[in-house]
This record gives sequence, C-alpha cells and structure tokens, in this order.
Amino acid sequence: MPQDHIISAKHLSRADIESVLDRAAEIAADPDAVADRHDGKLLGTLFFEPSTRTKMSFTAAMKRLGGDIVDMGPVDQSSVKKGESLADTVRVVEGYADALVMRHPLEGSAKMASEFVDVPLINAGDGAGQHPTQTLLDLYTIRESAGFDDLTVGIMGDLKYGRTVHSLAHALTTFDAQQHFVSPESLKLPRGVRYDLHEAGASMREHTDLDEVLDSLDVLYVTRIQAERFPDEDEYRKVAGEYQIDAETLEAAKDDLVVMHPLPRVDEIAPDVDETDHARYFEQAHNGVPVRMALLDLILEGNL
Amino acid sequence: MSDDQQLRVSKITEGTVIDHVTGGQALNVLAILGIDGSGGEEVSIGMNVPSERLGRKDVVKVEGRELSQDEVDVLSLIAPAATINIVRDYDVVEKHRVERPGEVVGVLQCPNRNCITTKDEPVDSRFAVLEEGVRCAYCDTIIRESIADHIHVD
Ligand SMILES: [Zn+2]
Repeated sequence: MPQDHIISAKHLSRADIESVLDRAAEIAADPDAVADRHDGKLLGTLFFEPSTRTKMSFTAAMKRLGGDIVDMGPVDQSSVKKGESLADTVRVVEGYADALVMRHPLEGSAKMASEFVDVPLINAGDGAGQHPTQTLLDLYTIRESAGFDDLTVGIMGDLKYGRTVHSLAHALTTFDAQQHFVSPESLKLPRGVRYDLHEAGASMREHTDLDEVLDSLDVLYVTRIQAERFPDEDEYRKVAGEYQIDAETLEAAKDDLVVMHPLPRVDEIAPDVDETDHARYFEQAHNGVPVRMALLDLILEGNL
Repeated sequence: MSDDQQLRVSKITEGTVIDHVTGGQALNVLAILGIDGSGGEEVSIGMNVPSERLGRKDVVKVEGRELSQDEVDVLSLIAPAATINIVRDYDVVEKHRVERPGEVVGVLQCPNRNCITTKDEPVDSRFAVLEEGVRCAYCDTIIRESIADHIHVD
C-alpha cells in the first residue's frame, strides 16, 4: 500500500487486512461517529450481472457513511447492450463518482477495468475469480468469533468453482491458519489456487470426508455444491448429500466451533443448526456492512 | 571444428540460426515465428541432432529473418537453452542465449474462454513466467504443457 484499487485479496498484506478489520470494529462499535463522514461523496455501482445482496450491502455501507450511490442500472438498459467495451464504460462512469464498485461475469475484468480509471475501483466479483470484500467480511467474522491465534479452519463444498473459497484460503495463509479442504474428488481446489497456496507457504490438507477433521476445527466454512456441476441429478444428490451438515453432525465438533457460509444456502446446512451456538452465518452476512464501510472509508480517505 | 559448429554455419547468408533448441521442439519454434511454409520462407531444420550440452537438440535456420524480442521471449519458454545466432553475409555477427523473461505480453492467448483478455477489449494478454509454465495476470489460469499451442496468431 498505498493501494487505490481492491482487486484481489491476494494483493492485501496482513497489515492491510488488519487495518480494514480494525476500522470495521471501530465503526461497528460506534456507527454514529461516521454517519456524516463522507457527506456528498458518490459511489458508482456497476453490476454487469445481478447480485442484489452484494449491491444492497455496498449501498447500505455508502449511505451509512453519509454518501450516496449512482447506479449503472441493469445491463440490458445500458450502453453495454449496444456493444460498448468494458474499458470504455468504466472510463465514462469514473467521471460520475468518487469510487467505483464493479461486479462482472468475466475473470480478470476488474483488474483490466482498474487499469483504465483513476478513481479507486473495488472488485465485487469477477466471474469465477476474486471477491475480496467477501473475504474481508469472512475474515472479520472469523476474528470476532474465533480469533486468528492458532486457528484451524475447514473449508467444505465446491472448492473448484467457489471464488469465495479461493480468496479466503489465500488470505488465511497470511494468518498462519491450518487449513483443511473437504470436497468430493471432482470439486477439489483448482491447480492455480493450490499452486498459490503452496507458494504462500500454506499449511493445508485435502480430504474427501469431513469426519477426518471435524473435531480439530475452530471454524467450518461451508459452501454450496451446485447441481449443474454434475452430469445428472442422481449423481449430484448422492455426492452433495455427503457434504451436508445438521445439528447431529456437529455433535462431534468442538463446543466452540463456528459454522460459516457465504449464503444463500440451500440444504447444505440443515435449519436445526441455526438454533445451535455454532451458527454464525447470519452475523457473517450482517458484517458485510461495517466491513464495506471500513473499506470505503479507508479508500476514500486514501488511507489504504 | 566440432559437428555442432559445422551444422550451425552451413549455408545461410542472412538470417537467424536458433541452436540448442530442446530436442523435438523445432516445429514449435517455427510456430512461434509464424512460419508454416506458406509464406515461402527458406527454412532448414535439424531434429534430434546429437549435442554435447543437451544430449539431443534441434536446430532451426531461417533465411532473411531476424527475431523480435517477443518471439525470443516465448521461445525461451519452450527452449530455455536456445542460442540465437544472427547471420549477415555468411558470418555470425551476433550470438546470444535466450533469457527467460519475467512476463510475456501479447503473445500467448489465455485458454480460459471466460477471461477478459479473450474478449473485444483494448488489452494485451499478459502472462507471468513461473518456474514451470506461465500464468495469466488477469484470471490466474496456468499453462504448463504445450505452451506453443497458445501462441496468439492474429
Ligand atoms: Zn486469462
């Protein structure tokens, strides 16, 4: 740092991450103190694919800082529909806002877009690539509920396509966490991600069975396995069924195990887990607002 | 004069001799240079020639052609021990080894069809050179095998 754009959690050092999480904790403790902090500032929101939740979270964050948003609107009503390049779109809209947040279906789109603009750009998801603000709120949730000391994390589900997983795994290596990756054989971490984790000196193991590691975990991060990853419905049901948890599954876990999920969930976490002390996924989703407030604040102040 | 040198200096007036190419890679070298014979270039190649340094090596000689830095950069990925000899008027006037660059720009096409660099955008492909293979700077896709298959042809 100083860093203008937030493209990938990979580019964030431990110190960068900690400065965002510290600021988020300050803001969460006293949100009124920042209510007018960015009065008159505008955040441009460019969602080239729909992600209502992420957009709401950014909108709430900007408004709670006293600022406002200008939104590109849905793609089918914008210049993109007429064939405008992404490079042109961002060069036009940077003139409307003090910072941009962008979600786009293609990998590398945020990095490319950032090369064409002078205002800070935040990647809110680029295809199967990176989603750094999700990672920051995941890390915030882990720090608030389990702490980073001597941390053992299990990440389970679709590890091949799940971008939240890739970002999180990379960031966790900077906190020296032990990581266990639990997935069906066909949905293991992709080669590029495994390469990076090894390069970063990650302490990691891969498993196909949660039982092998459940009792050692401080955090279990569950992700959805999607039906379209499998050749047929039967195969999907059979495989996905082995990566679902319920309150009974968790009886083998530590009492203070924290269960997280990026949401929305379908059936990978049974509703009876919601009633246990393990469940932290709704809190995790709520944490998106203070964390995005912190990030916007630091970026708009040029402090990151 | 060793066999090595004899082979290298034979019958080229102006152009480039690429020597010490990893055995079996000569045709990929031609692919990197965009040579398929249809342009009428005068090319001779030796494949799997005995070599002291490499055991077996390929040699590629191209008449009337010098290499751009981009071409040399990609060449280094498939033939890291290659030497480039520039010949003018039958003499080797310049000779150097290829060096592995930190990155290659605009030469390889990302195999990930969902990568922004494969779309109609004003951006060059950009690959970081790893110990083994290369990685797209935009989408992180790694190419480890058959790098020559990903050479971008306009
Ligand atoms: Zn790519």
